[in-house]
Amino acid sequence: MPAPAQRRIIFRHIDEPGYTNDLACYVRHGGYATLRKAVTMAPAAIIDEVKKSGLRGRGGAGFGCGLKWTLVDRKSGKPIYLIVNADESEPGTFKDRYIIHQDPHQLIEGIMITCWANNVKQAYIYIRGEFPVGARILEKAIAEARAAGYVGPNVLGTPYGCEIYVHRGAGAYICGEETGLIESLEGKRPYPRIKPPYFPAVLGLYQCPTIVNNVETLCHVKYIVEVGGDEFAKIGTPNNTGTRILCVSGHVQKPGYYEFEVGKITLGQLLHEVCGGPLPGRKFKAVIPGGSSAKVLRFGETFTLKNKDGSARTLAVEDIPMDFDTMAACGTMGGSGGVIVMDDSVNMVEALANLNAFYAHESCGQCTPCREGSLWMKKITSRMVHGQARAEDGTLLKSVADQIAGRTVCAFGEACSWPTQSFVAKFGDEFKAYPETKQAAKPAGATDLV
Amino acid sequence: MKLKPETLQRIDEIIPHYPVKRSAVLMLLHAIQEDVGFISTEAIEWVATKLELQPINVLEVVTFYPMFRQKPIGRRHIKVCRTLSCALRGGYQTCETLEKEFGVHRGEVSADGEVTIEFVECLASCGTAPVVMVDDDLHENVDCARARALAAQIKQEAARRG
Amino acid sequence: MSASPKPDLITVNVDGRDVAVPKGTNVIEAARLVGVDVPYYCYHPKLSISGNCRMCLVEIGMPAVDPATKAPIVDPGTGKQRINWIPRPQIGCATTASPGLHVRTNTAQIKECREGVMEFLLVNHPLDCPICDQAGECKLQEQATGYGRGYSRYIEAKNVKPKRTQLGPRVMLDDERCILCSRCIRFCKEVAKDDVLGFIDRGSYSTLTCYPGRQLTNNYSLNTVDICPVGALTSTDFRFKMRVWFLKQTDSIDPESSVGANTVVWSREGVVYRITPRRNDEVNDTWMADSGRELYKQNRAPDRLMVARVEGQDSTPAAALAAAADLLKPAAGAVAVVGSGRSSIEEQFVTRRMANALGAGAFLVGRSDPGDGLLISADRNPNVRGALVTGLVTNLPSERLTQLGEWIDEGKVRCVVSVGEDLLAAGLTEAQLARVAVVYLGTHANATSAIARIVVPTFTVLERTGSFVNQQFRLQKFFQAVPGPAGAIDDLTALTRLLSSVEGEYFPPEPAAIWPEMARAIDVLQGITFAGIPATGRLLDGSRWAGLPFPEGPGLHFQPAAKP
Repeated sequence: MPAPAQRRIIFRHIDEPGYTNDLACYVRHGGYATLRKAVTMAPAAIIDEVKKSGLRGRGGAGFGCGLKWTLVDRKSGKPIYLIVNADESEPGTFKDRYIIHQDPHQLIEGIMITCWANNVKQAYIYIRGEFPVGARILEKAIAEARAAGYVGPNVLGTPYGCEIYVHRGAGAYICGEETGLIESLEGKRPYPRIKPPYFPAVLGLYQCPTIVNNVETLCHVKYIVEVGGDEFAKIGTPNNTGTRILCVSGHVQKPGYYEFEVGKITLGQLLHEVCGGPLPGRKFKAVIPGGSSAKVLRFGETFTLKNKDGSARTLAVEDIPMDFDTMAACGTMGGSGGVIVMDDSVNMVEALANLNAFYAHESCGQCTPCREGSLWMKKITSRMVHGQARAEDGTLLKSVADQIAGRTVCAFGEACSWPTQSFVAKFGDEFKAYPETKQAAKPAGATDLV
Repeated sequence: MKLKPETLQRIDEIIPHYPVKRSAVLMLLHAIQEDVGFISTEAIEWVATKLELQPINVLEVVTFYPMFRQKPIGRRHIKVCRTLSCALRGGYQTCETLEKEFGVHRGEVSADGEVTIEFVECLASCGTAPVVMVDDDLHENVDCARARALAAQIKQEAARRG
Repeated sequence: MSASPKPDLITVNVDGRDVAVPKGTNVIEAARLVGVDVPYYCYHPKLSISGNCRMCLVEIGMPAVDPATKAPIVDPGTGKQRINWIPRPQIGCATTASPGLHVRTNTAQIKECREGVMEFLLVNHPLDCPICDQAGECKLQEQATGYGRGYSRYIEAKNVKPKRTQLGPRVMLDDERCILCSRCIRFCKEVAKDDVLGFIDRGSYSTLTCYPGRQLTNNYSLNTVDICPVGALTSTDFRFKMRVWFLKQTDSIDPESSVGANTVVWSREGVVYRITPRRNDEVNDTWMADSGRELYKQNRAPDRLMVARVEGQDSTPAAALAAAADLLKPAAGAVAVVGSGRSSIEEQFVTRRMANALGAGAFLVGRSDPGDGLLISADRNPNVRGALVTGLVTNLPSERLTQLGEWIDEGKVRCVVSVGEDLLAAGLTEAQLARVAVVYLGTHANATSAIARIVVPTFTVLERTGSFVNQQFRLQKFFQAVPGPAGAIDDLTALTRLLSSVEGEYFPPEPAAIWPEMARAIDVLQGITFAGIPATGRLLDGSRWAGLPFPEGPGLHFQPAAKP
């Protein structure tokens, strides 16, 4: 089956010749009309539309956006904050960068609609430190929008006012975790908070109810209000609605970002047709489908899933639709939409060593299992690739990872252990054989991973 | 603490963005680092006083985030992405090429004080791997050949500056 | 002090046993109530919850109810309400008991969790307990016996961190032993209000540090040593002096001020090695000041009085007391007794009776200095309220013995008995003292002991047993931890002997033996026996003295009465 065409909603204008990131261009393309519409709607009606749309968060966890908003404590009498998670730091993910750089007003419009819907008077865009240009673009765009009355006191002439500020991170993956982000925004070390009791919807920023939404998610909100929740829900597949931006990197002919209806394209179509297949002379070996934390899939493995009618179907890796639910059923996740492809030039021990170095570097160090476990795993894989591999290291790695997952303050515990667990489970033979493989010549064109 | 007037102005603009002053720590540190080049002990204590914090509160933050440095670096800051997507497309070779071009190891300042090369974690541009940031600017698809060209350009700019 | 209302009790189930706990109790404390030990490192009952060590993971479940009707869902197998167990283990410290909450601490999953955390904590921790001063009171060492693997799977190089950092004058830090539980940081921030400690760097390389150029100097710094679960923070004074398992623990009271922080005195073979706080949720929680811990050094201070003296000649306590009686008896009517706010209530009671027998005026020397708002109050005597209760004095003492001076000048007083007070420091002049015979009972040499006609060396608080009444009118006991020096005598023995020799009544020199008479004679002490005073003290009715202008300001668990 041929791959469906891209459906560019969020990326409608990305890379469009002549499209610039200033307010005039945005307005010329119909920008802020949706905000105009939103302020004529009751906030509760907007929340209803978002609920009807079935939109799931695009940051990684795929949590229902409408539900997230519903959980916000609106009775506390405390201000409600919106934090835009623009910390885009899951390796393999690079979608928000383009929205911020090329279409910042789309984000600002989404933010303002969300703020209106949730009676938020102050929103912060937490942008990763490595996007200094993006931060400046956003600041300029906010200033433009403020001057034009889209942001600030009396939004579009209404009594409603809301400010947006840009807050820069400084190089910490953990700030993508929403409570770590909140601590960081409060000026502290970004140690994720324990939940309970610190659910952001109740005790978030400054102990006030707080919504943390991803950049792409907020752009979808804008679109939902534009077309209506029911209309949005028709896009994609049931429970996996809308479009999403898939970021493909690694060993494909045409890496890049592609926007598709959720679940309408399979992994195989994406990699072979859209991305042009493997590099010349190579074969796909493994793919991480939802950001580096997602469990790896091995080309050649199959998954037997239950259908709703009780029958079973068998999927190859190539057959898995790029959605949330099927990915989960196959033991991995759609996550942040970052697809990292590895071909047969890759040694999986070395690939894991690369990732383990990342996670050990990024563990905040607050809680024991993640702090000690992530570094231990790094030290093991690093020792292996530096010539001291033992046949039993795979088993040890898995055991260490098993002692982390499910026992930490935040989801980093899973994020750092899932790669190890899945690499060892699916490529165990490479870990066992590594002491010998290490000596063998690398395939032509193989890059260093460690 | 000697800061440029525009830095001080920026700092005074930033602080009221937050209902709690402490929140401004990261933004102040960025502003100071952009002005002075690094975060000195004096800067830490200045920020603490400015935001009514204890110096340890600021030091804890400075040392957590890799982007803040407590020592001066080269005039040009080269960050090569190390993480998987870039590594799969040759990020390690890119980094080694740049190290060779400038005769400096990652994490160090070149003898002429011109560059510091850092091998950093994911820069979130995996689709155009390998990527390199030179100061604030992102360079994409920097294979070894482009790395050499980039190095030449940086050297040229240094020479022009005299 | 108003009695706190009875807290709402709710029933939770821990490992199959129901237990009623006050609302808001966390799972660790709830489990403790049924004798179930939930291990932990970072949790501390008197600090904010951090939840970082992950040692207290338990399984949590709630009784199942029908989401629509809220009717209980009954398990047909057992006939009991079904429990919905959360698949992911939860930390006990941050889980508050709610009605019907079910906790499992003894499952295979929980055992694995604990073993996992234990192994992680040890991978970068030095395994050199034999040379670590914390050995014997190290939580890591303790819990390794329960949850340790017994061998190490870790063959990588351990992280290297600073080994010997002097954090302040009294606290040493070994960062390699630190398990990053953050208790010390939270203590400094939340209790001592001295925010100087923090973590720098990140991940497994995170390092506890004091801000460069600053020191952990606050007078509560040693509490960080107490609460450090491992050997990272140790006391500069105590480290490497004695293995803790050799030490005997005796309950005592910090005599520094009227707060009366509860303490434990650690001694071996008559020598005190350290003093640490003893938990009393109504007084000092789990804290005490550093200054109070130093007091043991007075036991062996060079100026300690070791030999009784009579008229400048060395003597024995017994002979000196006999000489004192011979001096005092004929002077009856012209004697003054300067009692002490540092004496126990039992000693003060006997002092009062002695003053009565001698027809003497009784005085007390006040001692005040600003309090620290925490555990050192403005009244630097531990037992002024005891002196009020026993009627030794009827008013708050002044720091200067002005009236006694006048009486001496007027020739009304020929003999002065001082219980440990330096009369010169209290405002009497050398000329005045030259006109009277001084009997001095005390522990250390001072200007008064130098000129006293009779000197009877006595015991320090660590060598005595008795009770103090603190600023809350809380009666608190302390016990003799070590014997006093051979040439000295217990204060109570000295006072009772003096009392009987000046033809007053006879009391056996034991607090317990004096209490029946005290309880009979003093109405607010009615019904109290020494043995019956709880370890955490007993509140007395101090309303009779409520009008006095006590100097204490607010402190931990203390709010002064509104000034009339």
